Amino acid sequence: MASISFSGVERVFRQNGQDFVALKDVNLVVHDREFVAIVGPSGCGKTTCMRMAAGLEHPSTGTVSVGDKVVTRPGPDRAVVFQAFALFPWKTVWDNVDFGLVSLGIAPAERKRRIEHYIGLMGLQGYEQAYPHQLSGGMQQRVAIARAYVLDPQVLLMDEPFGALDAQTRVVMQEELVRLARRHPRTVLFITHAVEEAVYLADRIVVMTGRPGTIREIIDVKTIRQAENWDQHNRIEDVMDQPSFVHLRSHVWKLLRSPGTGADVH
Amino acid sequence: MLQARLAPSRTAALSAAGAAAFLGLWSVAALAGITSRDFLPAPWDVAERFAQLVVEPFAGYTLLQHLLSSFQRFATGFVLAVVVGIPLGLLMAWFRWIDRIVSPAFDAVRFVAPIAWVPFAALWFGTGIGGPVLIIFMGAFPPVLINTYRGAKNVDRKYVEAAQMLGASHLRAMTQVLLPAAVPSIVAGLRISAGLGWQSLVGAELIVASSGVGYLMVKGQASVSTATVMSGMVAIGMVGIAIDVALRRVQQHIETRRGH
Repeated sequence: MASISFSGVERVFRQNGQDFVALKDVNLVVHDREFVAIVGPSGCGKTTCMRMAAGLEHPSTGTVSVGDKVVTRPGPDRAVVFQAFALFPWKTVWDNVDFGLVSLGIAPAERKRRIEHYIGLMGLQGYEQAYPHQLSGGMQQRVAIARAYVLDPQVLLMDEPFGALDAQTRVVMQEELVRLARRHPRTVLFITHAVEEAVYLADRIVVMTGRPGTIREIIDVKTIRQAENWDQHNRIEDVMDQPSFVHLRSHVWKLLRSPGTGADVH
Repeated sequence: MLQARLAPSRTAALSAAGAAAFLGLWSVAALAGITSRDFLPAPWDVAERFAQLVVEPFAGYTLLQHLLSSFQRFATGFVLAVVVGIPLGLLMAWFRWIDRIVSPAFDAVRFVAPIAWVPFAALWFGTGIGGPVLIIFMGAFPPVLINTYRGAKNVDRKYVEAAQMLGASHLRAMTQVLLPAAVPSIVAGLRISAGLGWQSLVGAELIVASSGVGYLMVKGQASVSTATVMSGMVAIGMVGIAIDVALRRVQQHIETRRGH
């Protein structure tokens, strides 16, 4: 059971002799194989939540657990896709994807099988021996996603993974991610500031406020998506045309822009 | 570059002009008879002596044999500095506690000029190869260690986090993440190290050797043959340049591979 659980989580920083509360009273459960997006303005603490689930940061109060185990340090069971890709520039695409598998002690034949599978899925055939600097941003992020998926992790943590990409590439990646997520369902915690992205990808959306960061509302998208059968449309623009999509998007925006979310303070 | 690149022909012309001016001034000074020709030989006197030394042994060996002897000591000391310096630098960058232990001792020792180790080397090794090797090591080791440490410490945090997320062991983190990331810094350090090591070598040989270019120069001084001494200097300069050029090639090759 690979769920993510935030229980009474607070994160306090000490800045210039004063306590700065970044996150307050965060309680959230991401269920097994559920795709949850956290949406909020910059600085609301959404990335901090992901980093705590990854074990890269720790809560000041409360606990973060993945599958009933409290998170203490990073590991391949909680694979991360970073906004800045973080591919090793000195390794080829193949070796980048392979890196985590070696840590897991997986036999060479199985590693090869897995890498080939995800390279195929992410459309990276022919680029196995390329170096990251030779690839476009979109290709690099595909490698990063393959690198995460190939670990067969309990949970996937994605920190604004498409933030560094241009608009067109971004749309293509969103469509690919949806296909991948439907085909290989995993527990996903997806961080974004882009409302449309969240509505398109997620089963549930967590809307966060800023200063201090708290959960304002959690919105169920999956019910509507299934009822309206968005998945029948292959193209993102067709989905975004649906009245139900438009309605949801407005609802999220209104939440973000209403007073008290910190979204108006920029 | 602060200014635009020069055309290759321009670069060659300027370099040639510089060399010619240097040689010209030297020749004039020698011919003007400021001191006797024994103390300030003309460039052609040195060239003649140099050619002689290549074939005729002096102080036991020909110039090339002396050079080889020197280079062997240099290579030993330099390789030792690299083999100790790089792993230690990586360990210090990765494990704070190792840093805390090693840094004070290192800081205490590193400002001692390599030459100052000569009495120590003489006591321990006499005129054996150990003496010069120790001194070269003392010269070459600090830049290797410091540059490895700095290069590793300056790794972009995201690579460290990615490595941790991917479950890398300490060893893999150091060898497959820190080390490759630190390579540009390390190679820059190697160039400095090689230069310092080569310079230290000659000083060491002036005192604690029975062969080698420094030894040749001391013997030349003893027989008041300035041309011999200067031939030694020319040989040292040539080898020094060759070493630096070789390492610069390595540096450029690495930079191209990384797509800079």
